[in-house]
Amino acid sequence: MPGLSPESLKIDCVEATGRITAFIRAAVIERFHKRGVVVGVSGGVDSSVCTALCARALGADRVLALFTPEGESGSETLRLSRLAAASQDVEGVLEDITPILEAAGCYRRRDEAIRAAIPEYGAGWRCKIVLPSVIDDDRYRIFSLVAMSPDGRSVKKRLPPDSYLGVVAASNFKQRTRKMVEYYHADRLNYAVAGTPNRLEYDQGFFVKGGDGLADVKPIAHLYKTQVYALADYLGIPDEIRSRPPTTDTYSLPQGQDEFFFSLPYDKMDLCLYALDHQYPAEETATALGLGPEQIERVYRDIRSKRKAARYLHAAPLLLEE
Amino acid sequence: MMGQESSTLSRDDSFLDAGIIDSTGVLELIVFLEDAFGIQVEDEEMVPSNLDSIANLIPFIRSKQAPAAV
Repeated sequence: MPGLSPESLKIDCVEATGRITAFIRAAVIERFHKRGVVVGVSGGVDSSVCTALCARALGADRVLALFTPEGESGSETLRLSRLAAASQDVEGVLEDITPILEAAGCYRRRDEAIRAAIPEYGAGWRCKIVLPSVIDDDRYRIFSLVAMSPDGRSVKKRLPPDSYLGVVAASNFKQRTRKMVEYYHADRLNYAVAGTPNRLEYDQGFFVKGGDGLADVKPIAHLYKTQVYALADYLGIPDEIRSRPPTTDTYSLPQGQDEFFFSLPYDKMDLCLYALDHQYPAEETATALGLGPEQIERVYRDIRSKRKAARYLHAAPLLLEE
Repeated sequence: MMGQESSTLSRDDSFLDAGIIDSTGVLELIVFLEDAFGIQVEDEEMVPSNLDSIANLIPFIRSKQAPAAV
């Protein structure tokens, strides 16, 4: 077995692009008999790469980029989303989903759930959910809520189960509303919907069932995030998008993906997932990443545990008679 | 807790490995311990060696209930 290093994830971008675009054509045109694809574009690298791949596969005029910001989206989200679509000559449609979320009670329900733990939480406050680091110690990864008052005072509290589940359930309205709007446009145009998870997200269950997890085709679900960045470079995704740190853009305080879900920054997380799947011992992975073997064992455990939890997210509806 | 038959659980079984609880279940377990035994579980105490089996839970709860050494 070759030694583990960032080189282990190197891909031939020409070959990878050819393979993925052939797959998109076969899935969308031949399998589903659809005329094109809707892609929800967030301004991040994954959805930008998916947009570019779909445009190469089907022609830019058969791709609709959907921008679905809401009241708590980052200030750069819409501009970068437009930039991603424009860089591939793909038409973009703006659907501000804030009114739908307000009508569904997304913000109100979430804030009520937060107030069970932080009674003073109210108008002008912002929040995010964070997890302790996996690599530092053996602590369970119990979610805490970080809330910031309008005058900049920060409160960090462990949420009781009902409150935590309430915050997540209400926040999931965002992903599910986006998907509803994507399918509206897909139905109107007789298009399919492309999902944009990378391998880390797909494998580890970093998506909302019936939300961003729902799609007809997922063109980069087999690619490590490092490989998505390599393709982004090859496909001409603007540098501003490629150099932006991954974010969830779900909570009102800025939240990196590695403080919410993954145990390590994406490049290290990629290599750990690869190493685990290719049976590299923790000692060798530790050397490659500059971490301790016991830290890698914790990351391996975290990956296995998330995989277990993701089974429900991936499961198709169960039928009595298959 | 995820509806497993309690009769299948032995003292040393890992709750997580056996699929008895998941990460939300750990949160529920902590709240249960705090309410039922009148203790406060600190962040640094939320580790498998305290909480991941019946055999680990018993001494942990006892140590939390014991009066602080003078």
